[in-house]
Amino acid sequence: MEGSLDIVLQLVLNGLAVGCIYGLVALGFVLIYKATELVNFAQGDLMMLGAFTCYMFVVWYGIGYWVAFAAAVAVVGLFGALLDATVLRRVLGQPQFAVVMLTIGLGAMFRSFASIVWGTEIYTLPTPFSAHTSRIGGVSVSHEYVSIIVGTVVLCAVLYAFFTYTRVGVAMQAVSQNQLAAYYMGIPVKLMCSLIWAISAGVAAIAGVLLAPVSLVDINLGFIGLKAFAAAVLGGFGSIPGALVGGITIGLIELFSGTYLPAGFKDVAAYLVLLIVLAVRPQGIFGAVGRKKV
Amino acid sequence: MRFVFRTSYAQDLTLFTDTVQRNWYIALLLALVALPKLAPAYLVDISLVLIYGLCGLSLMALAGYTGLVSLGHAAFLGIGAYAHVYFTQDLGLPWIASVALATALTAATGVLVGLPALRMTGVYLTIATLAFALIIQEVFARWDRVTHGLKGRPVDKPVIFGISFANDVAFYFLCLAFLIGGLWLTRNLLRSPTGRAWVAIRDSEIAAQSMGVNLAAYKTMAFSYSAALMGLAGALFAHKIGFLAPDIFSVLLSIQFLLMVVVGGLGSLHGALFGAVFVALLPVMISQARDSVPAWVGAIVSILGKGASDAAFGATDRFVKQPGLEPGIFGLILVLFILFEPLGIYGRWVKLRVYFSTFPLYKASTFKRQRAYMRSERLR
Amino acid sequence: MTFFKAEGLGVNFGGVRALDGVSFEVEPGQVFTIIGPNGAGKTTIFNLISRIYDPSQGRLVWNDEDITRVPAHEIAARGIARTFQNIELFEHATVLDNLLLGRHAHKRSRFFGELLFLPRVRVRELEHREAAEQIIDFLDLHAYRDRLIANLPYGVRKVVELARALCTRPKLLLLDEPSSGLSVEETEDMAFWIQDIRNLLHITVLMVEHDMSLVSAVSDRVLALNYGRAIAEGSAREVQEHPEVVKAYLGG
Repeated sequence: MEGSLDIVLQLVLNGLAVGCIYGLVALGFVLIYKATELVNFAQGDLMMLGAFTCYMFVVWYGIGYWVAFAAAVAVVGLFGALLDATVLRRVLGQPQFAVVMLTIGLGAMFRSFASIVWGTEIYTLPTPFSAHTSRIGGVSVSHEYVSIIVGTVVLCAVLYAFFTYTRVGVAMQAVSQNQLAAYYMGIPVKLMCSLIWAISAGVAAIAGVLLAPVSLVDINLGFIGLKAFAAAVLGGFGSIPGALVGGITIGLIELFSGTYLPAGFKDVAAYLVLLIVLAVRPQGIFGAVGRKKV
Repeated sequence: MRFVFRTSYAQDLTLFTDTVQRNWYIALLLALVALPKLAPAYLVDISLVLIYGLCGLSLMALAGYTGLVSLGHAAFLGIGAYAHVYFTQDLGLPWIASVALATALTAATGVLVGLPALRMTGVYLTIATLAFALIIQEVFARWDRVTHGLKGRPVDKPVIFGISFANDVAFYFLCLAFLIGGLWLTRNLLRSPTGRAWVAIRDSEIAAQSMGVNLAAYKTMAFSYSAALMGLAGALFAHKIGFLAPDIFSVLLSIQFLLMVVVGGLGSLHGALFGAVFVALLPVMISQARDSVPAWVGAIVSILGKGASDAAFGATDRFVKQPGLEPGIFGLILVLFILFEPLGIYGRWVKLRVYFSTFPLYKASTFKRQRAYMRSERLR
Repeated sequence: MTFFKAEGLGVNFGGVRALDGVSFEVEPGQVFTIIGPNGAGKTTIFNLISRIYDPSQGRLVWNDEDITRVPAHEIAARGIARTFQNIELFEHATVLDNLLLGRHAHKRSRFFGELLFLPRVRVRELEHREAAEQIIDFLDLHAYRDRLIANLPYGVRKVVELARALCTRPKLLLLDEPSSGLSVEETEDMAFWIQDIRNLLHITVLMVEHDMSLVSAVSDRVLALNYGRAIAEGSAREVQEHPEVVKAYLGG
């Protein structure tokens, strides 16, 4: 009895950690969606770029972990803003599907870029938490997992406060609902969009760096983005706390189904949840349903 | 400048607008029929183009005309392929019956996907199809009895009514016949009430409902028809590649199909075919460029002397031989098309044609669209 | 036989009571107009009849049939057509395609017949085209037949919207603010067309309108709404002079 409780607790911890990563990537999706109503299919690849950049700073240039972390986030955030200013601004007003294809194309380009610059092998990122574990009761608590959970919670709190209580955050919501009206209201729409992309790219970079010690750094890191979709949809695509809740739920479902369900379910658990949510309650847990007024 | 005189309503219903256009298409058909004699080296590649053409038609009907964008169509291709191989090789059914059954089965799966899709709009639908495709890929990997799982299974050459179509030329004509058939069927649908209903669903669901269009029925029909075409293409695809494995029918293949539709030009059948030519031949062009581009660069730089030329050759050679380059090139082309030519290859073709037919009176602003501002699609 | 009747319609949107106990009856061959300040609930009534919304209370009777819960896509087949306040045309299709879509309710062909484009499908297509051309004649849309909607000016789009609704061969036509955005000449044309629709095509018209001159010119009966409630009903003149209506529009 004691043993199975330990197993459950272990699964909960691991699920929380994995779920936080999904939640962070989902958060990136949700941020961009709230501001520009685009779904950024390259979010996972931005995460991959963040992980590689931090790796490069730490291993190639010998910079300390925390400084490299901050630098990687800044670099990728700036890249995201530049991406918006140069590429995405031109496609505003085109049907959503065209922009989705654009982000898919960009994602492929990022992967190619990464394989050219950093090669196709798998790398390890040395961190202050690597290979440290504590034991609490019968559960082994990996410090890497704890860093993921703590980092995610802190980041989500900061972002939630930003969007709810600051003018900039409210302005971003206006931009997402009717851009032309936002222009008329004097909101610097283009700047808002670039800022949102910078924040979202930064969040992706943070997710990438936090995940790197656990899943290693290679160009296919971005495919986690697909599972993060499930998290974003489950939480409700326009909701920041929803992204985190959705991510954690998916993480827990995945780990528990890996242990208690037949083989193969672990890989598709996230997608099954996604389909069920979309079929039954498309607005997710926290989302709201809108209807066009004719 | 050619002017088409319309004298009856029936004229607007014909497949070709006038005899001149019909003659052009007949010439094209003759060129395609003569292709085995004219360019036998390209026969295998062109067969793939024809199969991809069917795939492009399928996705164009769903995404281009009905506005339901699917990122999971490779799954339907796989279902058609595996089903056909199972029916012919494991159950021993005759070829035509097997293809028909595989097509019907894929159409039924299309209905299954379409039903929950009725409740989803826009990008949610796209994500749902993506999830569906990933689940189906897992099913392919796990269902050993039918698909032989990750081991993969080899595919025999087609034998129809006892005649073997193993020959490249025979297979080419088989694909050509199926593509022409698919084109005819799709064109028929698009010029009848069903096609108009699909376009209505894309542009304004509420107005479509008010005009009597049953959204659920037509969306399901669109999914089902699109899946059926994919299933048909899947059967041919299986014979073409000769060996089925689950990782062939991946998200990347679905993305390539969407690329076909976007690059070709949304909303026209020509676009689907242009896109198919593009997507099927691009890897061929890339691998040929890989061999020749370093030599060109070396030749150009040789002005600066042999040493510089060798260095340039070496650097370019290392760069283009990188394995990860191909998806990057696909991505770059996709991005460039969306940024600079949203109407796709067909759009550019139409602009060129208008330029030559109205020369020297052509105005670039003929095709310019008014500046658009983003409006929320959540409240459609 | 009841031609068209609305009984005690009530709609709640969250906490907002958009309609409260609205009842009225439309006689065949009438032009019945609903007026009222913005937000009074006029378009909401149309959305209930088109079955885009469900009413919280009340019922709708058409041709002695209760249509309160009928699915939206079955309304056109029953002979009710509507235009939309913010034009809901199919932007990337031609005018002719839009009108042919209006004929959808009279479609007789099945999917497999259309797939093979059987001769009877061809015959039906030509019939649909005939019918659409009659409407083009009626509304003088010859010059715009093959133009994409996206290239047309606003006034023409409004006419195409009307044409599309007429193509469904309705017995009851719902016009949502037919003159909004139109110039004086275009509004006069619209007035003549509405009268022709009533007199020549024998279609009953239920209209939402703001332009009082148009209302006075064509209406047989007027209903005034304010804050979701009916405040006056009668001839155009009676309603316009009604003190409640004056108060609703001018305040006080």
